[in-house]
Amino acid sequence: MADTHSHTADAHSGDHGHGHSGFSHPMPIWMLLTVFFALLGLTFLTVFQAQFDLGNMEIVLSLLIATIKAGLVIAFFMHLLWDKPLNAIAILSSLIFVSLFLGFTLMDAQGYNERLIMDPNGDLLERSQPKGSLVKKSE
Amino acid sequence: MSAVTSPMTTTVASPDKSPEHHYLNHSSGFLSWALTLDHKRIGMMYLAGILFSFFLGGVFALAIRIHLWNPNLDPEAAWLSNATYNRVFTLHGAIMVFLFIIPSVPAALGNFLLPIMLGTKDVAFPRLNLGSFYLWVTGLLFFTYTLFSSGIDTGWTFYTPYSIESKSAVEAATLGVFILGFSSIFTGLNFIVTINTMRPPGMTWFKMPLFLWAVYATSIIQVLATPVLGITVLLLALERFIGIGIFDPALNGDPVTFQHFFWFYSHPAVYIMILPAMGIISELMSVHSHKGIFGYRMIAYSSIAIALFGFLVWGHHMFTSGMADVTTIVFSALTFTVSIPSAIKVFNWLGTMYQGTVALNTPMIYALAFIFLFTIGGLTGLFLGALSTDMHLHDTYFVVAHFHYVMMGGTLVAFLGGLFHWWPKMTGKMFNDTAGILSAAIVFVGFNLTFLPQFVLGTRGMPRRYASYVREFQQLHQLSTIGAMTLGLGLLVAGLVLLHSLFYGKKAPMNPWGGATLEWECSSPPPHDNFSSPPTVGDPYDFTSVEYDGKTGSYFKKKK
Amino acid sequence: MKIESPRQQGRHPFPKFQKTMTEVAAPADGHGHDHHDHPSWLAHHFDDAEQQYDSGKLGMWLFLVTEVLFFSGMFCAYVLYRNRNPEVFEFCSAFLNEKLGAINTGVLLFSSLTMAWAVRASQLKQTKILVGMLGATLGCAAMFLGVKSVEYSHKWGIGLLPGRYYVAQVENAPHAETNYLQMLCVIPAILSAVFLLYYVYSLVIASKFHQRVAGPLLVSGLCFFAGVGLGNILEGGEHHDEHGAGSHAHDDAHGHAHADPLVQGVATAEKATVETADEGISFVKTSGGPVNDVAVTKEEEGIPNSKVNNQGMAGLFFSIYYCMTGVHAVHIIGGMLVITWLIVKASREEFHSEYFGPVDNVGLYWHLVDFIWIYLFPLLYLIT
Repeated sequence: MADTHSHTADAHSGDHGHGHSGFSHPMPIWMLLTVFFALLGLTFLTVFQAQFDLGNMEIVLSLLIATIKAGLVIAFFMHLLWDKPLNAIAILSSLIFVSLFLGFTLMDAQGYNERLIMDPNGDLLERSQPKGSLVKKSE
Repeated sequence: MSAVTSPMTTTVASPDKSPEHHYLNHSSGFLSWALTLDHKRIGMMYLAGILFSFFLGGVFALAIRIHLWNPNLDPEAAWLSNATYNRVFTLHGAIMVFLFIIPSVPAALGNFLLPIMLGTKDVAFPRLNLGSFYLWVTGLLFFTYTLFSSGIDTGWTFYTPYSIESKSAVEAATLGVFILGFSSIFTGLNFIVTINTMRPPGMTWFKMPLFLWAVYATSIIQVLATPVLGITVLLLALERFIGIGIFDPALNGDPVTFQHFFWFYSHPAVYIMILPAMGIISELMSVHSHKGIFGYRMIAYSSIAIALFGFLVWGHHMFTSGMADVTTIVFSALTFTVSIPSAIKVFNWLGTMYQGTVALNTPMIYALAFIFLFTIGGLTGLFLGALSTDMHLHDTYFVVAHFHYVMMGGTLVAFLGGLFHWWPKMTGKMFNDTAGILSAAIVFVGFNLTFLPQFVLGTRGMPRRYASYVREFQQLHQLSTIGAMTLGLGLLVAGLVLLHSLFYGKKAPMNPWGGATLEWECSSPPPHDNFSSPPTVGDPYDFTSVEYDGKTGSYFKKKK
Repeated sequence: MKIESPRQQGRHPFPKFQKTMTEVAAPADGHGHDHHDHPSWLAHHFDDAEQQYDSGKLGMWLFLVTEVLFFSGMFCAYVLYRNRNPEVFEFCSAFLNEKLGAINTGVLLFSSLTMAWAVRASQLKQTKILVGMLGATLGCAAMFLGVKSVEYSHKWGIGLLPGRYYVAQVENAPHAETNYLQMLCVIPAILSAVFLLYYVYSLVIASKFHQRVAGPLLVSGLCFFAGVGLGNILEGGEHHDEHGAGSHAHDDAHGHAHADPLVQGVATAEKATVETADEGISFVKTSGGPVNDVAVTKEEEGIPNSKVNNQGMAGLFFSIYYCMTGVHAVHIIGGMLVITWLIVKASREEFHSEYFGPVDNVGLYWHLVDFIWIYLFPLLYLIT
């Protein structure tokens, strides 16, 4: 695939001294179409798998498919594969910081969840109980 | 590193060739400023706006201190009613944080200096730069609206659920913060791109001035953290407009989530405030000691380290909010890691002065004050990072004193030092150094008088944000108020010194302090395009070739 | 350790500096000594086209980083509340029309394809293809919004509103008296009329440039209504089904779209509670107006469904749903504005192999909007 982005159409415009235009890498049409149909296929797959009750695996599977789709979009449509490494580092670092944010907040939520649903008598109430009512009770 | 030689070894033509022409008189008229794409003019407009906000926030600060002269045990007899007091301290905090400190160094000094230090003509996106200035102005307008409508009384942190119920103009303030956030993001984005793609030939990463390293680290935080603030205040505004309930316990929402969201931004934002100040100090220490910076790489790396560690510690603001035990322990432990890069910087600055030729002029006095105050601020932070002591000190005056030592004693003092340091470059005028030193001395004394008593008050249990207190605290509070007045006087003197220089100051030479970075190689003030010919990039902290010329009163670089 | 500066990395021998070396004797005129060889599309502070392109691109990637973090707040809220109340998400997700979500996913994916193709066309200076592809992208965006309008207006009509305004889903729910769909269509209708006039005008003055701009705009205006029509067919189709099946299963069920989830809500709630409730009484008997008290009263406790069918539970889900999809839709609208700007520029034939940064960068933005939707679709619509 490395040759697909070679200088296929470098129309050197001679209007400035050093006609270098090595930075345009047109994507070949077949690649665009292949990626598009792969994305469509994965969408059908994810709708299809949603019809089965897979329990806890379901969210994992649908997120996995979504991540593959997102990866295809980023790698090909956003041509990150051929881009400067710095841009890839930038976008990956954003994902790292998002996971940091979600991770810490969730870690904490797991912990204080228990306390929040403790009623004054110390009985553990059901998770599905609206906590709004508990706040009222405890006041 | 030493293998890199500049491809450009031609000598710099004397920049003073056309002393009459500079960016200030390049064009005239209101629109030439309002629509300018010149980073220097944008920086100057930011400077004016920021100083105005600082004045506004300062007035509120003095109002707080005057109010606290008396214990106000009878709210009827107090100078400010309790409700007004709440509005005053909230506006003081919000204006100082969002309108002053966060944009202070990066947007004003950074905008002016960054492209010049890089030897380029402008930042990468001049239009975006102007746009972010106008976003800042829009944010200011929102806050002005808040001020003239019902004020805002939630504290600058907008904690839910009170901010959902408050009758004050929380919507305008949150939208203002949202807009200011984007202003900050675009500034940071612009700087990252400029530093990455527009460094001149010969300027490798490790030949960049440390101020640029600091601004770069700051920009990383601005880009990564500020969007989270954006969504947080947007959700809060929606909470008030349509009651979405995400942060509202009455609708099964979770107010602690708001605190997580808020501090995911606002803790790193603390480093947005202090990192560029540290960058200024690195420059000041080296230039005024006439000695190369000690531990260049460690200072550069520690800037990045602070920026990254800053994202891991936000939970220490929430130790008493009912967080999970395990989370508090993890956050507390991580908090201590930030002290390592901070200490590295302080030790390196001290190492820079050691055996240097220290010139005790105004910028250097401010820099020395910074080191003293920042060290106190940093060390008291350790008590707040430790879980057990924080349980006692949380939301007391100890916290107030701590962050004022870091934010004001740190950032503001460094900002003033930087302002005095680059004032000749920005305006082309020299200020009265003796009067400047006097201002620094008054600020230093006033500052300590204001905030040292607050440490004592805090440990004795004086809670923050209270409009009244028990009689035992009155002496310390009055001491603090006297200090605040002294501090105000010092800042006034500093302002007058600068103002005086604009009208009566001597013309500034190209390089009054003997700096080796690129901004001292263009005339003062710089021409419209910064450099009439591309400057030679060398070691920014190599002072061996910088010599003083008695005739012009300026330093110059010896030609190799 | 040797780290090169970016201007050294490029293959170009630094034209600006090379020139100044040879012309160093020439007097500097104070500003822009190398202006004369700068083409109009190259900003004066950049040395060459590649530096400009790299800067723009890095800037856009950083902007995308901020966008990812911006959305992360809402994803965080989503994860927190789904983790805490999984049954609410199961109950509410069934109110979302999976078909509409899937259609919109397809539309957005197709628009991503056309956008990527537009970038290719701009690099190859194929102006016609470029304008066509940008127009197709714009049209897809409009269609997405059309489908979304149907979704939103349908939900508003039956009281599936965020937080405080959520109306507990009950038997014989009052049908919407306001036609929200018409309200949403007003602005697109006005715009389409304007575009039509503009197109006619461009035909009259026979300006190729104006035709190139007006054509895609008019098509995208029509695409919005195509989206509305498509959405109505799919949403309406469900109505038919459900009125038959629903009224059999439950007495005078209001609609499949929410009759079905109620059954599911029951099923989950039954697991959690000891009491088994009859499906027939699974509807909360509350008034049609907003419920102000979230607390479950004594009488309602017997009805499992009541635990989720209230403002604090289902309302919170819809808050998250509207925030996520709403902010996403705002991004779509923003994207449409910049794509329109691109169409104008492309019609002036401004892009070529050295200057295609704007198309590329808008493309990156557009793919990110697609990227976010790729996650939103399974997370919101496909919960079983």
